[in-house]
Amino acid sequence: MDKLLLLGDEAFAQGALDAGLSGAFGYPGTPSTEIIEYIQRESDAAERGVKRDWSANEKTALEAALGMSYTGKRAIVTMKHVGLNVAADPFMNSAITGVHGGLLIAVADDPSMHSSQNEQDSRFYGKFAMIPVLEPSNQQEAYDMARAGFELSERFHLPVMVRLTTRLAHSRSLIVRQKILKENPLSLPGDPNQFMLLPAFARKKYRKLLEQQDMLVQASEKSPYNQFIDGPDHSLGIVVCGLAYNYLMENFLENECPYPVVKIGQYPLPEKMFLELRSRCNTLLILEEGMPIVEEMIRGIFGADGLSVKGRLDGTLPRDGELNPGLVRKALGLPLRESYKEPEFMVPRPPALCAGCPHQESFKALNKALEPYGSGHVFSDIGCYTLGFLPPFNAINTCVDMGASFTMAVGAAEGGLFPSVGVIGDSTFGHSGLTGLSDATFRKSNVVLIILDNDTTAMTGMQDSVIGGKIEAVCEALGVEKEHIRVLTPLPKEQDQNVQALNEEIEYPGVSVVIFRRPCIHVLGKRRKEGKA
Amino acid sequence: MKRDIILAGVGGQGILSIAKVIGYAALKRGLFLKQAEVHGMSQRGGDVQSHMRISDKPVYSDLIPRGNADLILSLEPLEALRYLPYLSPGGWIITNSTPFTNIRNYPDIEFILNEIRQVKNYRILDADHIAKETGSSRSVNMVMLGAAAEKLGLSPEFLKEGVRDLFKTKTERIIELNLIAFDKGRMN
Repeated sequence: MDKLLLLGDEAFAQGALDAGLSGAFGYPGTPSTEIIEYIQRESDAAERGVKRDWSANEKTALEAALGMSYTGKRAIVTMKHVGLNVAADPFMNSAITGVHGGLLIAVADDPSMHSSQNEQDSRFYGKFAMIPVLEPSNQQEAYDMARAGFELSERFHLPVMVRLTTRLAHSRSLIVRQKILKENPLSLPGDPNQFMLLPAFARKKYRKLLEQQDMLVQASEKSPYNQFIDGPDHSLGIVVCGLAYNYLMENFLENECPYPVVKIGQYPLPEKMFLELRSRCNTLLILEEGMPIVEEMIRGIFGADGLSVKGRLDGTLPRDGELNPGLVRKALGLPLRESYKEPEFMVPRPPALCAGCPHQESFKALNKALEPYGSGHVFSDIGCYTLGFLPPFNAINTCVDMGASFTMAVGAAEGGLFPSVGVIGDSTFGHSGLTGLSDATFRKSNVVLIILDNDTTAMTGMQDSVIGGKIEAVCEALGVEKEHIRVLTPLPKEQDQNVQALNEEIEYPGVSVVIFRRPCIHVLGKRRKEGKA
Repeated sequence: MKRDIILAGVGGQGILSIAKVIGYAALKRGLFLKQAEVHGMSQRGGDVQSHMRISDKPVYSDLIPRGNADLILSLEPLEALRYLPYLSPGGWIITNSTPFTNIRNYPDIEFILNEIRQVKNYRILDADHIAKETGSSRSVNMVMLGAAAEKLGLSPEFLKEGVRDLFKTKTERIIELNLIAFDKGRMN
């Protein structure tokens, strides 16, 4: 069989394709982006006509994937952990409706917040919705779990979450491919009301989901991804989830791990394996990437009887951040390796807006226009332009979640702040800015809402933005007066005009939308290469 | 056989291309490998690094443990030092001497070079200058790969095939220039 050198994200994508995938839906977000990018690049996917365009946001993506599952086909939806918050409504309810064709919800968590606002652990969502969760420990498992996940999903008629983390998502290794499966034929659910969640139906379905829980635990007991590996030294028992397994084994390269280990790759947790481990060991060490969910479950509310539990909660491991071989080594009480010290004069080298980036000129104009009012007037959003917070611009004051720029500007204006400015990118506007704009025009808030339109989703690597070409029309349709929708070009020679336009809109006591429009320099370069510009 | 290599530099300097060439060469030799890299926000002018692990036995951790790296290969001197705690006591630093100064508080270059010289095994070369001499100023990364070739445990022939693989969609002229840059780096 073929061998391929793939990132964890790509391995999952290839696994899904080889397992008969019909459609991939998602919104770009580090570290999940490469799943759909890979499927978009693959010629096999193109030939087969696998659906693989980006969606407006994670909620629309999950609903589309659920719709594809309704037709009996296998579908995946991809997002980063915070994207699951956006998709939480259909996510929770998809566990109640169940699925028809296999549905995998791939969520990439970002412990250590390499490119995120928090490090929430998606396994909590999996437990919350009471659906199976698969957590690969390496790239091969990321590949294999796509197929296993579809089988599990179709066996229990439930969506299955595949939880990836940054380190696996963005690390490359060899994978061996399996036989390629055909796509499912079009078919409708046996029960045409399966996806109907009127309360009377929902109550029945929820009871069914509850009844299924024992079977899900049994499936976990038999899963090849959950293993009980005995060891001669019972002074310590180890529970290790997903990627953390590698950090454990890295410390026992010369000798085998002497302690009994329960290796977890499928949830809900395999209870019998825990009882087995508990019967041998009075001290357990819990190694998991992300939050201490397994550790909390083992501890219980009042602490387990006579059991000593070590992990993130007692300080054996740090409470936050991703794990690594050194942290696990320390937790095992092994001697630390000798190493050099970092020199004292080291300074950080933070990311910055690229030379020639259109946002630079937009921020310069905005700073100039706001000069008379002092600082603390600009609510921003999430994208490349968030880097406008850093020197030399210091142009924005907030970054909370996707879409929170316009909405916070509205709230601040209602609180009496003048001027109140919201800044959002084009893709983010399509993701979750529209509803905020709708609020603004409904309330007739005194705000200046700026859309930085660089014609792409730049931060995650230049994916298409679904709102492209529709921005002015959408703003007008949502109630912004035509003469207060201004399109400006962020270039040095336009600076004076741009500042003047911003001043005029600041003075206008209602909703203004100012669109700064110039393509991302990388998009332009890419298009020139492709002969499209 | 085992090599733990940290590839270091600033976003846009071509670290991932070096990783790809080493990856191709390692696969041709039938080795196991894992290569962790940085995506997303930090790529835009920030520091980037890639952990590259090649071995004749399966590799577990995607991250190199501290004190374990056999080599830090850096496209820029300050970045060579950022990952110093990962270097093993007998490990090598091979670095370009030309600084990439996109930050205002870039430390004094003599401080930096002196600190590198405190490490037991090091090699400092002006890869920007060498690349320019070969007529291909964009091949700094291939010069650095050449400079490290001997320490990678992979034959130069495999690495050169890797360079060809990397640029296979480019013109023969570009492939040649990069191979020349690679050889220049080896000789320096």
